[in-house]
Amino acid sequence: MTQMTMISAIQNAHDLAMEKDDRVVVFGEDVGFFGGVFRCTAGLQEKYGKNRCFDAPISENGIVGSAIGMAAYGLKPVIEIQFADYMYPAYDQIVSEAARIRHRSNADFTCPMVIRMPCGGGIFGGQTHSQSPEALFTHVAGLKTVMPSNPIDAKGLLLAAIEDPDPVVFLEPKRLYNGPFDGHHEKPIVSWSKHELGVVEDDYYITPLGTAAVKRSGEAVTILSYGTMVYVAEAAVEETGVDAEIIDLRTLVPLDLETIATSIKKTGRCVIVHEATKTSGFGAELAALVQEDLFYHLEAPVARVTGWDTPYPHAQEWDYFPSPQRLGEKIIETLEG
Amino acid sequence: MADLALSSPEIAPLKLHVPEPGCRPGETPDFSDFEIPRAGAVPKPAIDASADDMLDLAFSIIRVLNKDGEAVGPWVDDLSPDDLKLGLRHMMLLRAYDTRMMTAQRQGKTSFFMQHRGEEAVSCAFQVALKKGDMNFPTYRQAGLLIAGGYPMEKMMNQIYSNEADPLHGRQMPVLFSAKEYGFFSISGNLGTQYIQAVGWAMASAIRHDNKIAAAWVGDGGTAEGDIHSAMVFASTYKAPIVMNIVNNQWAISTFQGIARGGAGTFASRGHGFGIPSVRVDGNDYLAVYAVAKWAVLRARNGFGPTIIEYVTYRAGGHSSSDDPSAYRGSAEGAAWPLGDPIERLKQHLIRLDAWSEERHVQAEAEVMDEVKSIQKQAEAIGTLTSGHPPSGRDMFEGVYETMPPHLLRQRREAGY
Ligand SMILES: Cc1ncc(C[n+]2csc(CCOP(=O)(O)OP(=O)(O)O)c2C)c(N)n1
Ligand SMILES: [Mg+2]
Repeated sequence: MTQMTMISAIQNAHDLAMEKDDRVVVFGEDVGFFGGVFRCTAGLQEKYGKNRCFDAPISENGIVGSAIGMAAYGLKPVIEIQFADYMYPAYDQIVSEAARIRHRSNADFTCPMVIRMPCGGGIFGGQTHSQSPEALFTHVAGLKTVMPSNPIDAKGLLLAAIEDPDPVVFLEPKRLYNGPFDGHHEKPIVSWSKHELGVVEDDYYITPLGTAAVKRSGEAVTILSYGTMVYVAEAAVEETGVDAEIIDLRTLVPLDLETIATSIKKTGRCVIVHEATKTSGFGAELAALVQEDLFYHLEAPVARVTGWDTPYPHAQEWDYFPSPQRLGEKIIETLEG
Repeated sequence: MADLALSSPEIAPLKLHVPEPGCRPGETPDFSDFEIPRAGAVPKPAIDASADDMLDLAFSIIRVLNKDGEAVGPWVDDLSPDDLKLGLRHMMLLRAYDTRMMTAQRQGKTSFFMQHRGEEAVSCAFQVALKKGDMNFPTYRQAGLLIAGGYPMEKMMNQIYSNEADPLHGRQMPVLFSAKEYGFFSISGNLGTQYIQAVGWAMASAIRHDNKIAAAWVGDGGTAEGDIHSAMVFASTYKAPIVMNIVNNQWAISTFQGIARGGAGTFASRGHGFGIPSVRVDGNDYLAVYAVAKWAVLRARNGFGPTIIEYVTYRAGGHSSSDDPSAYRGSAEGAAWPLGDPIERLKQHLIRLDAWSEERHVQAEAEVMDEVKSIQKQAEAIGTLTSGHPPSGRDMFEGVYETMPPHLLRQRREAGY
């Protein structure tokens, strides 16, 4: 067991994957010598050489496109997009190519690769260092979409993503890199070194894609969350004193509907929370699924707490970022509804 | 022979070529391979010359100031001593502003900052070659365009502080300014996007039979984005009235320029594949930057189409307030940079002209710093990111659309604004 941050857990997953499988190659902007602007690939070039870990030109389109070619050759590229907000030049390669190559070639060619990208807000990064574009990936047939919320899951899910035979978009909430964050920005920063989820198994292990985690069991209402919002949900539950069940989805596609259904059959109420904008956000998909499958178990309308439908702001960050208070109010409303 | 090699059983296995910079931490910088032509050595083509007539200029470096501080050769232009003193002042203002804002960031008065140290001549001299009505499409490292263009520095600071007087209402990260009246397009955080937009703006000037020109800006690293390729194709095809600037400051965060440049000799030479006249200039030589900019602007305005200018310079500071370059490049590299410091070089030239002195310079440094400090005081009296009245959450909902649609109005009310 080693105390790890989310950064060192992700670095460790790369390390173990590269050690285990020499087809794993790692590249991206500033990823090689420097080890990434967030240091998630630190030391890999030194250990595995420039043949397997290297700096890329600033071309997200080039990074993803070349990774697809490498995957077609038989490698397992694990690539970094420096910020999720910079993935748009690569979107065509992701959506029209990586996602569909298996299907269109009848598995003549496949695309086993992981596209990592830090996402989400909470660092005063304004509109180009704060976005949560998960729904732009979950909407695409052929992609898997993952978002861990702690070091233990980050390692296990990244190793599972690297083993996966299909392209996986791996979103890393950067505000969680160094510690859990519950939305109370005025409070001192908590570090992973003081958290049980920062105590990580040294060996290789897998957290299977498509499995959610129940973070707190409860009877009154189910909160569906992922990424930073797991901690916002914990804070909201503590502050309202409601006996809520908190689910960390961990993987958005494929989704663990069974865990969701079991919970909602018990609570009869559901609140969904995410950082991303509301309209056509992943919460809309969740609400629709809950309604389709569990309508007769529901005692109140399914509620959503999300980022607003505006570009992510700089100075108004804490007006935008869903707070425990905003979530708490919605939980109470749902209980009364 | 080639066939034999292809089928030979002894053919060596391939290995991936990854370029490496000359100087990593702990190593001694060595610029002995870096060829610097003598000042005055590069010819000056007529403004209607074709790309083919100046292929060499993409592999050389246009320089005006020699090592004794004299202005020599065909690119010596018409700047008077007073113009030069103004140029020196712009660069000194930019440097003082950088120093103060870096400190303010360290003090927590803003979230983030990006400085220009070592690159002041590029944006300060370029702006002087433009006319009102022209439009820059800048990156985050061209604040000299605003300073030399007369934009009030207090507004820049208000933006950096996201205070009540921030022209962008706290929406944008620090230094991502927008100033249409001053020919300065809204800066995007996404690298490269502005390059092709600049071409479109220039095409619009031609479509409307105007004489305005556009200036596109990108760093060495940013040239790898597809938008730059698109921009070169469109500019070449439609002979757009544009100056396409590439600021090669040797680094893109921790990545040296060779990763974006690859095996091409220079960034400027990219233009040859598109038939675009392409030149390189000493980016730390105020006189050379001005002369080349003026020539390229004249070409664009007179219908001779696009020009690519690569500025050879050095990013003397960190990438941003979040960056520590000692982790990836030799600490002595900046001091060894063979093209020197732009302020120092212009100062030497003015002294040479008997228009300036060391004493006058020291005095000017103090004056400029006082001036910037007092502007900073005014901005801070309005507020900083952590003091005063920050922009309201209401500002976040406004301006997404011209008219707020019902769903957003509903959300704004839900948010309590
Ligand atoms: C599309 C996109 N990808 C990545 C980034 C992250 N990023 C910001 S600045 C930078 C380096 C740019 O280097 P260069 O173009 O040489 O400009 P310089 O900073 O040296 O002025 C990178 C990778 C970004 N802003 N946008
Ligand atoms: Mg650069």
